[in-house]
Amino acid sequence: MHSYSWVQSALATAAANRLATVSLLAAFWLLLAAAGMMRPHNIRYVARILFPLGALGALAMFCAAGSFLLSGSAPETMTLAVGLPDLPFHLRLDALSAFFLLVLGMAGAGISTFAAGYFRSGEGTAPGLLGLHYHVFLASMAVVMLADDAYLFMVAWEAMALSSYFLVTSQHRIAEIRQAGFLYLLMAHMGAVCILLSFGIMQGGGWEFTFAAMRGAALTPLRATMAFALALAGFGAKAGVVPAHVWLPEAHPAAPSPVSAMMSGLMLKTAIYGLLRVTFDLLHVRFWQWGLAALALGLFSGLFGAIFATVQTDMKRLLAYSSIENIGLILTAVGLAVLFAASHLPLFAALALAAALIHVLNHSLFKSILFLTTGSVLHATRQRSLGKLGGLIRYMPWVALFALVGTLAIAGLPPLNGFVSEWLLLQAFLFTPQLPHTFVNMLVPLGAAVLALTVALAAYVMVKFYGIVFLGRPREASLDQAHHSNWLERAGLAWLAAGCIAIGVQPQLALRAAGAVTGMLVGQTVAGSPSVWRIAPIAPEQASYSGWIFLSMILCVVAITFLAVRLLVHGRVRRAPPWDCGYRWQDARMQDTAEGFGQPIRLLFGAFFWMQVHLPSPADEQPRYRVHIEDRIRRALYRPVSAMVQRAADAVSFLQSGRLALYLLFSFLTLLVLLVFAL
Amino acid sequence: MKGIAFVWQLVEVALAIALAPLLTGWIAQCRSWLQNRSAPPLTQPYRMLRKLFHKEAVVADHASPLFRAAPYVLFGAMVLAAAIVPTIVTDLPFARAADAIALIGLFATARVCQALAAMDIGTAFGSMGARREMMIGFLAEPAILMVFFNAFLLFGTTALPGVVDHYASHPSVIDPSVIFAAIGFVMVLLAENARIPIDNPATHLELTMIHEAMVLEYSGRHLALIEWASSLKLFNYTCIGIALFLPWGIAIHGTSFGYVLFALAALIAKLAVCGAALALIESLSAKLRLFRAPEFLALAFLFAVLGLLVHLLMGANTSA
Repeated sequence: MHSYSWVQSALATAAANRLATVSLLAAFWLLLAAAGMMRPHNIRYVARILFPLGALGALAMFCAAGSFLLSGSAPETMTLAVGLPDLPFHLRLDALSAFFLLVLGMAGAGISTFAAGYFRSGEGTAPGLLGLHYHVFLASMAVVMLADDAYLFMVAWEAMALSSYFLVTSQHRIAEIRQAGFLYLLMAHMGAVCILLSFGIMQGGGWEFTFAAMRGAALTPLRATMAFALALAGFGAKAGVVPAHVWLPEAHPAAPSPVSAMMSGLMLKTAIYGLLRVTFDLLHVRFWQWGLAALALGLFSGLFGAIFATVQTDMKRLLAYSSIENIGLILTAVGLAVLFAASHLPLFAALALAAALIHVLNHSLFKSILFLTTGSVLHATRQRSLGKLGGLIRYMPWVALFALVGTLAIAGLPPLNGFVSEWLLLQAFLFTPQLPHTFVNMLVPLGAAVLALTVALAAYVMVKFYGIVFLGRPREASLDQAHHSNWLERAGLAWLAAGCIAIGVQPQLALRAAGAVTGMLVGQTVAGSPSVWRIAPIAPEQASYSGWIFLSMILCVVAITFLAVRLLVHGRVRRAPPWDCGYRWQDARMQDTAEGFGQPIRLLFGAFFWMQVHLPSPADEQPRYRVHIEDRIRRALYRPVSAMVQRAADAVSFLQSGRLALYLLFSFLTLLVLLVFAL
Repeated sequence: MKGIAFVWQLVEVALAIALAPLLTGWIAQCRSWLQNRSAPPLTQPYRMLRKLFHKEAVVADHASPLFRAAPYVLFGAMVLAAAIVPTIVTDLPFARAADAIALIGLFATARVCQALAAMDIGTAFGSMGARREMMIGFLAEPAILMVFFNAFLLFGTTALPGVVDHYASHPSVIDPSVIFAAIGFVMVLLAENARIPIDNPATHLELTMIHEAMVLEYSGRHLALIEWASSLKLFNYTCIGIALFLPWGIAIHGTSFGYVLFALAALIAKLAVCGAALALIESLSAKLRLFRAPEFLALAFLFAVLGLLVHLLMGANTSA
């Protein structure tokens, strides 16, 4: 009885001071990180105690952030006593950070539960060390969203980049993985430099680095635009926006699957958070041209990611390209919101922004499901190449079921969640002819067509992914040894899949949560719902959507048809070998390969690819057909730069002689030069 | 009032389910006449459905539950679409569940389910059909979206009952953009429903087939449901076209018995004309090579965009 009232009072305190609660949760994750180092080689201790505790922390984070959003509380601020002298850490919890913390908690709970069942000992880094990086990664993402000054933001941002770098390279004995990790670290730091410069411009000469000061800083239009451009470049590099996307398809496959899920589902979203924070909150959206730039980049990234995803043959690379596509969709929505907000159409801006936010939430759920299922498949089959998988629905039915939910959701199909955000975004596009700028109001509506193409291509990609991994016949004989996932993995997947379905049929809740953010950023909230059954963001007679009716109607018709067929006709089934137009000698190798499924795209969008096709000659003893596909942007943009850096490094390499006396001489000369400047 | 609306909703769905095979039969009959063949009776599709339902369903040894569930889901999705598209009345409770854009999503759900089921058995034809169907799908979606964009600019709504109501209150609206949009829509309809020039529903010629390649492994009641769903899809698409471009006659002033009877007669007349027109288009055109399909659908897209530009440049009647 006594302990019960203690719990009650603790909950009441937590509800009254949510910022303290979420900060403590972040600290709790750091504690778990440290606890992992106590017995770093004990897999049972780390996986069965620490990771589930981390999942509980994430669940608490989800509840705290959700209650903050739905109660519509005022922002809470706090100044910590730690930091540099005269430079304390500022924390702030407002609707924007609460929404992203909600995403972090919701997806993080599922991923941590899965990870508890996933990590095995003897795979690269010691489990305790993995737990350390993993929980520091989680905590640093939370702090990024809570930071209220540029200093703490950058500290957390770097902690996030470094901890995820160590997670990516947890199989560091493989040279390719080290290389992927290096590329990731390089891009992360290029981005960080841009963000730092952007903050440097935004302080506006007052040398005051709190966000409160930046909100009030008076910037010239040129400086504001420079700050926006740097922020777009910096956060874009972290989010994987084309042309800064090259690290994604390398780093995501290299990382262990729960980490890929976390990076793709959550870390990319911190960049979206940063972009929203800078553009809407700190710079107060000034020019519609900013929106146009973001919109164009977003549409191109989306299309580019979708096209490249279709031709991938490695399941994790395919998902990485699909992340580029989804980030593109989110950036498109953000760009549209900026465009509307700067043109003084706040209601439509709120609609586009709500689409962006809900897609952030959705993508964190379904992309996590898909990356986690690749983890289960990888453990069960030891195969990552699509060409060696197939038919797993018969050996891993649970994983296949959850993957199906994720697949249909990411393909943007009703009544699941992916459709909701895409529908909202298309609704926002419908109002673009009302933009008050000639030509813009004619060109931007065509963006809707690019968007539709991207979304439909995403469905193509996902049919390829699911069809080749889970359906058909096993392409390797060893696949019938594939074993089940364990219950913790299934529990994590089930939580995420339930989220996909819940948001799909009841988007009102997500819309309300997003409404708190749009109210803060653009001063408008889209109309909620005319009834509990459906949503109608602008006006009920203009357009409405009801996930409930979709799901219940389809289920009802399926049930009625099933019963009617059984009762009126018969339910007999005969099992026989597949027919295939009567061809008897078919085998698993006659199915479409991953390359074959992507072939129409290679033909249609040939201009995007740099391709080398090797055809066998008729006289070949062992004929081999090989297609090598590369990214044109990577070839044209990155190859020359890296070659130039290499040449420059070679040119000055004579300095690196290894003799101490020479190095001391260099230091002395540098000092002299500096003294000359100082005098 | 509310109860009556539900009754009409049910009547409309039942009518769609019942009439859909008739439309398919009518098109087949018209095609036969145009090609100087003796025509099958109008009721041929019903007989085929009856035959298939009574046959034994043969399922491949290693088929997963997804393969057996797909025909039901497909049928369910098409029935839901029939509940959303206004055919005889506009006061439909379920029509609020989706506007035209959500309808595209519903058709996409059906397409993905069918493609996945086609890949389940792991035959060469199944995965080939799935790949081609998805390709046609992603080419058609931008075009159909632009058509609905046109409709939104003209009528200020993407909800189909709203479009029909709008026609009734502005009877003289003939915007040139409507014509462009209509051409684009018909082209998408042909592609989406596996008709000539994109696909030929009457052959099993292995190099060209799309839809038939996906359903090769189905038999018995599963095939019957798929065939019925295909008929319903064609019926739904035609009715979307009617609601967008020829909505006159749909009962909007109330759901009294006389109005509805008139609406039903108008619907049947319009379906007969549209079906005959489709048969004419199919008889006049030749099947395109598969990789000419992108050009065909790009043309549909361009027509819809032209409609959009015409509307914006004229700057007139913007009710949005």
